Amino acid sequence: MIMIFGIPIQAFLGQLLIGLINGSFYAMLSLGLAIIFGLLRVINFAHGAQYMMGAFAGFLLLSWVGVNYWFALLLAPVIVGLTGIVIERFALRRLYNLDHLYGLLFTFGLALVIEGSFRYFYGTSGQPYETPELLSGGVNLGFMYLPIYRGWVVVASLIVCIGTWLLIEKTKLGSYLRAATENPTLVQSFGINVPFLLTLTYGLGAGLAALAGIMAAPIYQVSPLMGSNLIIVVFAIVVVGGMGSIMGAIVTGYMLGILEGLTKVFYPEASNIVIFVIMAIVLLIRPAGLFGRDA
Amino acid sequence: MTEISMTSETRNQTANRVQIALIIALLIALIFAPFVLYPVFLMKVLCFALFASAFNLLLGFTGLLSFGHAAFFGGAAYFTAHAVKEWGFSPEAGILLGVAGAAVMGLVIGFFAIRRQGIYFAMITLALSQMFFFFCLQAEFTKGEDGLQGVPRGHLLGFIDLNEPLNMYFFALGVFVLGVFAVWRIVHSPFGMILRSIRENENRAISLGYSVNLYKLGAFVMSAALAGLAGGLKALVFQFATLTDVAWQMSGEVILMTLLGGIGTIFGPIFGAAFVVTVQNYLSTTGFPVTVLTGLIFIVCVLLFRRGIVGEFNASNLAVKLGLKSPK
Repeated sequence: MIMIFGIPIQAFLGQLLIGLINGSFYAMLSLGLAIIFGLLRVINFAHGAQYMMGAFAGFLLLSWVGVNYWFALLLAPVIVGLTGIVIERFALRRLYNLDHLYGLLFTFGLALVIEGSFRYFYGTSGQPYETPELLSGGVNLGFMYLPIYRGWVVVASLIVCIGTWLLIEKTKLGSYLRAATENPTLVQSFGINVPFLLTLTYGLGAGLAALAGIMAAPIYQVSPLMGSNLIIVVFAIVVVGGMGSIMGAIVTGYMLGILEGLTKVFYPEASNIVIFVIMAIVLLIRPAGLFGRDA
Repeated sequence: MTEISMTSETRNQTANRVQIALIIALLIALIFAPFVLYPVFLMKVLCFALFASAFNLLLGFTGLLSFGHAAFFGGAAYFTAHAVKEWGFSPEAGILLGVAGAAVMGLVIGFFAIRRQGIYFAMITLALSQMFFFFCLQAEFTKGEDGLQGVPRGHLLGFIDLNEPLNMYFFALGVFVLGVFAVWRIVHSPFGMILRSIRENENRAISLGYSVNLYKLGAFVMSAALAGLAGGLKALVFQFATLTDVAWQMSGEVILMTLLGGIGTIFGPIFGAAFVVTVQNYLSTTGFPVTVLTGLIFIVCVLLFRRGIVGEFNASNLAVKLGLKSPK
C-alpha cells in the first residue's frame, strides 16, 4: 500500500476529494457574497438560507411536480433569485443609505424567518435527494474510487465560478457592474439604471447560492439547517480572501476547502476549526485579507 | 416645542430628577416583582437584561457590532458551572472566575477582531465565537451535548442559602444592579466619552491622538467581562450550562434585545430583554416557531423602528416635556 506521511493514499485522496467538494461549495457561496457585497455593500447573512432554499426547491419540485434534477438545476436558482429580487426591491433597498450593519442585521432576520419556517414544516431531519441516474455510480481510477456525481460537482462548480468571473470581467453587463461598484452616482449619470443593476445583482447572488444548494442536495441531505453553520464558515473564508476580488473569493474557497479536508486526515479533532484558525493567522499577517485591496 | 423656556441648566436638573425618579420606580418594581411573578422568569429577564446591557456598551457606545457575544456569555456560564460543581467554589467565587474567564476570552477575540472594522468586525467575532462553540462541543469539561447539569447554587458568602428562590432572586438583582451601574459608570466616564468619539468619527479620534485600538480593545474586554457576569449568574439561576448559551443564535438574540430596546440607551437593552424573554416564554406554550418571530421582529426593527422602544420614547414629545431630551 502506498503511504503519504504515514497515511494510506486511499484515505488521503478520499479526504482530498471531500475537501475539494466542500471547497467547490465554499467557492460558489463566497463568490455570491463577494458579488453582492461589491455592489450593494451588504453582507448577505441570508446566503446560507438561500442555499438551503435552492436544495429545497429541487426537492419539492421533484416530489410535488416530478421535475428532474436537470430542470431543477435551472429552475431552483431562478425561483430563489426571483425571491431575492422581490426582497431587494421592497426591503433591502431602503437600507442602502444607512450604516452597512443594518443590511447585515436585516438579512440575519431574513435568514431566521426562512430557516425557522422550513424547520416548522419539515423538521430538522434531512430529506434524501436521489442522485440523477446519469451521474450515479462511480469509476475506479486505479488508486481510488470516484463517485461520478462528486466529480461532476467539482467540474460544474469550476464552470460556474469561471463563468461568473467571465460575466463580470469580460462582458458589457459586467463592466457596468464594476463601474457601479466604483462610483454609482457617475454611472447613473451616464443613463445606466443603477437601482436596477443592484436588484439584478442581489437576484444573481441569491441564484448562485441556490445553484450551490441544488448541487449539494444529492451529497448532503436536504435539511432546513444545512446552510446555517455553513454560512459562518463562508464568512471566515471571505475574511481570509478579502472581498475586493471575485477571483480571490473563488481561489480562497477552493484552497480552504482542500486545507480542511487535509486537516481531517492529519488531525481530525481540528477539522471543524481549521478555517477559523487560518482566518486568525491571516488577520495577524495581512489584516486586509489575502486578496483584499484595503483595510 | 421651543416655547418651553427653560435654561439648559434647569432643564438638566429636571432631566436628572425625572431619570432618578424613573430609576427608583424601576428598582421598587423589581424589589416587589418576585412576590407577584415567577422568580425564575424574573431572574432570566435580569440575566438577559445584564447581558444586553453589556453588549450595548460595545454596540451603542463604541459603535462596534459584535456577532460573537454568546462566546463570553456561554463561556462564563461553563466556567462558573465547572468551578462551582467540580471544584466546590462558592457562588461568588464561581461567578468571579466566570467573569475573569470571559474577560480573557474578550482580550483574545478582541485582539483579532479590532484589526478590521464595520462589517468585517462582525464577521470575525462571529467566526471566532463559532470556533469557541466547536471547542465546547468537543472539550471534555463541557460534557458535550448534555452540558453541565445539576450545578449547585450553594451558599452566598457561606451563610445565605441560594436554594431559597427569594435569596437567589435578590442576589441576582444585586448583581444586575451592579452590572448596569458599571455600564452607566463606564459610559459617563472620560473613557466612555472617548469611546463615543470613536463611534462618531474614528479617524478624527485618531487624529486627536487617541490610541483608538487600545480604547476599542478596552471596551471589548469590559463588555465581554460584563457579559460573563450575566453568563455566570445564569449558570447559577438555571443550574446548568449548555451549548445553547455559546451558539450563534444566542449572539443574535442579544443583538435583537438591544436593537429592539434602543441601541445606545441605558434602559433600552433592559426593556428589550424583558420583552424578548416574555415573548419567548409565551410562545413556548404555543406551537409557533420562536425563530420565525425573532426574525420578523429583527426585520421590522431594522426597516421601521431603528431607534428601538426607549429610543422612540426619548424622541417623543412626552420625553421632551419631561426634559429627558432637549427640544430640537
